[in-house]
Amino acid sequence: MAAIVQSFDSKASATPSSSDAIMRVEDISMRFSTPDGVLTAVDDVSFAVRPGEFLSVIGPSGCGKSTLFNVIGGLLGGYEGRVSVAGETITGPHASIGMVFQEESTFPWRTVVDNVAFPLELSGMAKAQRVERARHFIKLVGLDGFENRYPSELSGGMRQRVSMARTLAFEPKILLMDEPFAALDEQTRLLLGDKVLQIQQQLKQTTLLITHNITEAVQLSDRILVMTYRPGKIKRIVDIDLPRPRTSDIVSSEAFGRYVAQIWSDLREEASRGMSDDEKTRQGGHPR
Amino acid sequence: MKADAMARSRVIPPLIGFGSLALSVLAFEVLIRLNVISKFIVPPPSEIAMSFERIIVEEHVLQRFVATGSEVLTAAAMLTVVGVSIGVLLFQVDILRRATETWVAAMAAAPIVLMYPLFLVIFGRSPWTIIMIGFVAALPPVILKTIEGLAGTRRVLINVGRSFSMSESQLFWKIMLPSALPTIFVGLRLGLIFALINIVGVEFLINFGGLGQLINELAERYDLAGTYAAICFVILVSIIVFALTERIERWLTPAN
Repeated sequence: MAAIVQSFDSKASATPSSSDAIMRVEDISMRFSTPDGVLTAVDDVSFAVRPGEFLSVIGPSGCGKSTLFNVIGGLLGGYEGRVSVAGETITGPHASIGMVFQEESTFPWRTVVDNVAFPLELSGMAKAQRVERARHFIKLVGLDGFENRYPSELSGGMRQRVSMARTLAFEPKILLMDEPFAALDEQTRLLLGDKVLQIQQQLKQTTLLITHNITEAVQLSDRILVMTYRPGKIKRIVDIDLPRPRTSDIVSSEAFGRYVAQIWSDLREEASRGMSDDEKTRQGGHPR
Repeated sequence: MKADAMARSRVIPPLIGFGSLALSVLAFEVLIRLNVISKFIVPPPSEIAMSFERIIVEEHVLQRFVATGSEVLTAAAMLTVVGVSIGVLLFQVDILRRATETWVAAMAAAPIVLMYPLFLVIFGRSPWTIIMIGFVAALPPVILKTIEGLAGTRRVLINVGRSFSMSESQLFWKIMLPSALPTIFVGLRLGLIFALINIVGVEFLINFGGLGQLINELAERYDLAGTYAAICFVILVSIIVFALTERIERWLTPAN
C-alpha cells in the first residue's frame, strides 16, 4: 500500500472545505513576550476535524503543540484566530471539548469510580445513575474490577485510562489529548494505543491527539498534521490510509513503516533545528 | 520471620513498642533501687504506679484530666475553624499573604505562653485564658500548612477542573481543598502539640484548671510520685487527642 503524503503549501488546503467539519481551527497565532523579545509559539495554524475522525498533530519539542492544546481546550486566551465546534466559537473551557492531559491527572483522594463519575457529579446527576455510567466507561477502558481502588494502587498506564474514562464520561464532542502516554514505556504505549483504537471504534469518538511520537500517531490516526519547529506552523498533512479496525499489529506492516519514515523525514529537519536552537540557548545561558 | 514481614505484621511492631517501654521502666526501677539515679529526683516507677490510686481518689485527677482534655479539644476545634480559614484567606488574598506570612512564621517561634498576664487581664482567671493561649500559640503551623497545602495543588488538577468548566468555588471545594487536606492535617497535628504544651504550661503557671495545676500543687508538696503520675495523665490526653485526629484524618482522606 502506498503512503499518501499531501504536500501542504497553500493555505487553501489548510482548511478543508468540507462543510461537515465538527471543529475548525482558523488562523491561530499565539505570541508570548519573553525577556529576549516576542516569541511566536504558534503561527497561523488552520485545520478542520471531521466527525468521527482521529487527527493527530505531531511536531518536535518547542513547536507549540502544548500551546495549541491549551488554546483549543480554552485554557489559554490572548491568541489570534478562532476555534469553533459545530459553528460555535470557543472562548474558554467548553462542554463540547474533553481534555486528557499529559501529566498524571487523576484525583488521588477519589476511587476510580468516583474519579470517573466526577464530571457527572458536577452536572448534578443522581448518585446511582452516575455510578452506573461511570462503571460503563470504566469497563470501556478495561478497568472493571478496579472501581473501588485509589489511583495510588494503580500503575501509570491504568491511571491514564482512568483520566481518559473520566473525560469520556463527560461525553464531549471532541476528545482532545495531549501526549497522554508520554510518560509510559513503549510496550504499554502500544497496548494502550490498542485500547484507544477499540474505544474510538466503539464510540466513533472524534479525537484530536497532540503527540511527538510518530509510531503512536501513525498507529492511531486517520490524518496527521506535521508541524514545524518554532514558530509552529503546519508543514504537511499526511492521510493515513491503513485499514480499520486496527490493532498494534499494524506496526509490523510495510505501509506503516513507510508512513513512519516519511513523517520522520519531515520531522528530522525540524527536530534538528530545535536541538541546535536549544544548544545555542544553553551556550548563551552558560558562557564559558 | 524476616525483618520486612515482621515490620508488616499487625502485632509485632506495637509489641516491640510496649516491650521497649516496659524494659525502660524496669531499667529505671533497677537503677533507682541501686541508687545510681537518686530517688529524690526520679521516684521509682513502682512508687509512681502505687500513687495512681491516691491521685485518682484524693486529688480527683480524672476531673482534672477531663478539664484539660476539654480545653485541648475546644482549642483544637477553634484551630480547625479559625486557623484553616485564615490560611485560606491568606492563600486567596495574595497581598495579605505576602504582607503577613513572615510574621505568622515568626509567631510560631514566639513564647506566647509568657504573655499569660495579658490573657489573664482579657479573659480573667478562667478556662478561656488557658484555651486562648493554647489556641493562639498553635495557630501558626495550621495557617502555614493550610497555605502550603493549597498552594501545592498540582496545576494539572486545576486544569482538569477548568476543562470541566468548574466555577472558582467548585474548584476550591472539590479540587484544591481535598488536595490540600493531607498537608492541612500535618499543620493540625503540629498545632495540637503546640496547644497541649501551652495549655498544660499555662495551667501550671497560673495555678488554675486541670492537670497543669495538679502537677504544680504536687510538685510544691514535693510529692514526686504523684507529680509523675499526673504527667502520665497529660500523656494520656495527648494520646487520646492524637488518636482522635488520626481517626478523623483517615475518615476524611481515605486514600492515604
